[in-house]
Amino acid sequence: MDIELKGITKRFGSVIANDQINLQIKAGEVLGLLGENGAGKSTLMNILSGLYAPDEGKLLIDGIEVNFRGPGDSISAGIGMVHQHFMLVPIFSVAENVILGVEPVKTADYLDLSKARTLVNKISSEYGLSVPPDAIIEDLPVGIQQKVEIIKVLFREANVIIFDEPTAVLTPSEVEDFFSIVRALKASGKAIVFITHKLHEIKEIADRVTVLRHGRITGEGNPKRLTKEKLAEMMVGRQVAFTVNKIKSKIGQPVLKLKNIELHTKDNERVLKNINFSIKAGEIVGIAGIQGNGQTELIEVITGLRKNYTGEMFLGELDITRANARQRHVAGMAHIPEDRHKFGMVENFSITENIIINNYYEKRLSDFITINWIKARSAAALLCEEFDVRTPSVDLNGKSLSGGNQQKMVVARELGRKPKIVIAAQPTRGVDVGSIEYIHSRLVQSRDDGNGVLLISSELDEIISLSDRILVMYDGSIVAEFDNTDAKPKRNQIGLAMAGSTEEIYNEH
Amino acid sequence: MNTKSNFRKTTADLLMLRQGAYRDAIVLPIIAIATALLIGALIMTATGVDIYTIGRSFAALGHGAFGSINAISETFTAAIPLILAGLGIGLGFRAGLFNIGAEGQIIIGGLLAVIFSFTFSDLPTIVLVTFTLIVGSLAGAAYAGIAGVLRAVTGAHEVILTIMLNLISYRILDYALRQPFIQKDGRSDPISKSVPGNGQLPKLLDWIDPNLRLHVGIFIMVGAVILLWWLIKKSKMGFAIRTNGENSHAALYAGMNPKMVIIGSMALAGGLAGLAGAVQISGVLERASPGFSAGIGFDAIAVALLGRSHPIGILFAGILFGGLEAGGRQMQIDAGVSIDLISIIQALVVVFIAAPLIIRTITPWAFSKNKRTS
Ligand SMILES: Nc1ncnc2c1ncn2[C@@H]1O[C@H](COP(=O)(O)OP(=O)(O)OP(=O)(O)O)[C@@H](O)[C@H]1O
Ligand SMILES: [Mg+2]
Repeated sequence: MDIELKGITKRFGSVIANDQINLQIKAGEVLGLLGENGAGKSTLMNILSGLYAPDEGKLLIDGIEVNFRGPGDSISAGIGMVHQHFMLVPIFSVAENVILGVEPVKTADYLDLSKARTLVNKISSEYGLSVPPDAIIEDLPVGIQQKVEIIKVLFREANVIIFDEPTAVLTPSEVEDFFSIVRALKASGKAIVFITHKLHEIKEIADRVTVLRHGRITGEGNPKRLTKEKLAEMMVGRQVAFTVNKIKSKIGQPVLKLKNIELHTKDNERVLKNINFSIKAGEIVGIAGIQGNGQTELIEVITGLRKNYTGEMFLGELDITRANARQRHVAGMAHIPEDRHKFGMVENFSITENIIINNYYEKRLSDFITINWIKARSAAALLCEEFDVRTPSVDLNGKSLSGGNQQKMVVARELGRKPKIVIAAQPTRGVDVGSIEYIHSRLVQSRDDGNGVLLISSELDEIISLSDRILVMYDGSIVAEFDNTDAKPKRNQIGLAMAGSTEEIYNEH
Repeated sequence: MNTKSNFRKTTADLLMLRQGAYRDAIVLPIIAIATALLIGALIMTATGVDIYTIGRSFAALGHGAFGSINAISETFTAAIPLILAGLGIGLGFRAGLFNIGAEGQIIIGGLLAVIFSFTFSDLPTIVLVTFTLIVGSLAGAAYAGIAGVLRAVTGAHEVILTIMLNLISYRILDYALRQPFIQKDGRSDPISKSVPGNGQLPKLLDWIDPNLRLHVGIFIMVGAVILLWWLIKKSKMGFAIRTNGENSHAALYAGMNPKMVIIGSMALAGGLAGLAGAVQISGVLERASPGFSAGIGFDAIAVALLGRSHPIGILFAGILFGGLEAGGRQMQIDAGVSIDLISIIQALVVVFIAAPLIIRTITPWAFSKNKRTS
């Protein structure tokens, strides 16, 4: 099935999200879609999946014009979309989620779950998805949840499958898995659209690439023949540095110190085991590790979102062991949360409200009982300007920002206040190459100014290029520590430690 | 910019609405009310009422609600407690709490208000009235606070808690009304002593006609609307309440204490409902009797929903419900149509507001098609 978009235009108020877009999607081909944050990628795909109606332009399927009145029309036309934020019911099983909305019934209204299970198994084996049909969604890692989304789309017999930033939340090995699924889908004649900010992924998997900027198409071509530098330039309109410029910094006193931190879950599972480390002024410490080895819990303990741990914690000289999130924040801790939609922002709040959400009580923004919204708005506008959060107004809802711009808004709020210690969890998730460069330079600047940075990232490249020191987490413990200032490649050793290799490679410097 | 969109922008600003919310806040309720009236007419037809009577009863509804000084006085008299309690419930919605305990809070607030009032009957009017209202609010706040504390500390659901507290309040009232120091002297039925003359809220329009019941409670109500508007829009506490209601994880992240938000907004809501009870006692009823709350606490839930938890929305919704109430009585008198029909119309309005999808589906042209994603 081939799709053609002709002269598609979509406006949101004064913003032109898509401007006269012409695009072809072909069966048996992977089309990569690149573009900076807010370029209009998600909008264009939402038009294709029937969520938005275009203001102008036509949609042709196999040469015949179609008009979608809603997502239902798009699905029955054979188009499926896997959104960046999964749309699964957490307490339902895989099979139940897959059949949601198209439930096979036996007689009357009796749900035919066994048929659903068989179908899930059939689809799974066809494309090598291996998903247990009876598992409950909330117990599954993200990578598997994504496979469930894919099965859902295939179950509805989609011939065109759109992936909006599917790899942003995956671990490297899950990405490999995902790519082999994409190859299998392609081989079976499906048309694939793949949105990502990671240029090497485009080069690896896409047959054709289209680049968007400011809602317009600014480049097209064969990704195998285009260099990363060229692709980046097409995206942001200038050259982008892929390496982080970093000179040796002055190391000072510890700004954050953790002593014997232990955490048990409600079921008495030991998720953090005797964690000891400190971060000194002028230092970026990276935590490497495969997702699910205690990093999330560690962040929550450090930032005060979890209380029931044992051990001690100091911010500078200050004992913050029993301090709550606000007290830590006041003491100079900033937190870029891993999951921006859960902790980092309120979608239905304006950008201003989101920017002041954890500092509205400060004297510069409020008096004894009221918030000064005039000052809040100008503070927000200033930060948006500084961190290139693209929006026509700070009064718009956080929800109206593109995914990457939401992330930049959170980063702006946290780095804009010149913290003593930054806890940065996946700080560049969903952010375009140009903005990654900027966020990285701000983190480095924070370190050069004599502050500490703790970086948690599932991207080993990000950890290696930014960190002065790297800790590896495995099964709730810190299993290895590497000095990263001497520019010696350690990728292999880090990889081994991440996989839980038993020999202790502790080389305290 | 033309005047129409200017008007839209200013009303939208006034109501602190975000993009696109104009239709939700203004067009939707109007269509919902019209649809509810239409269905009301159909129901009347189905029960054998002829067209002429239907016409007359709707005329009586309008007339009884807004057609004369007396009608307006009655409408606003009914609206005052609805709006006060509705503001509290709306605040709860903003905090993410579904407080259906306003009825019980009105009862406790009203009961303590009447006791205070006849006990300290020799205080001067202004002092007595002020303290009666304060006592009523504090009682309501404390009563709702029980639910707030239990919710915050044990995690028990506030819907269950407030339902139970409502039931308990009925029994407390029954019991209290038979206590010798509360029960009216020489009466065997459960009825309280009366609010003394100097404990009554002054009437506003009795210089026109002594039967006009509108009292100074209307100023208290307007003051509460303004206060709540300020609280939600301007204050730090309101910001914490809204954050908690929209995304409790984000509230935790931002260092807002979710437990304090729950207890605080519950107590505030109870204070407003208690105030509604006290105002009703000292402005209209002058004594407490079984069932004096008359379902105001439940109607107030509808008012808060209809007003979309927005103080100004609640003000208009309360006036509408007050009008339906006053007009409904007239409808019964003039056209002999059952007052139950008014309850049906009220219920239909709430259904259509609470399920906006119905209205969007039957009148798609009134709404634009933009949906949002990330
Ligand atoms: N519902 C909406 N209301 C108003 N503006 C919107 C809405 N949805 C998107 N926009 C705007 O349209 C533009 C394109 O957004 P879109 O989400 O398509 O970007 P994107 O290319 O997917 O970016 P990202 O890489 O950050 O996800 C942005 O400027 C965004 O702010
Ligand atoms: Mg996007």
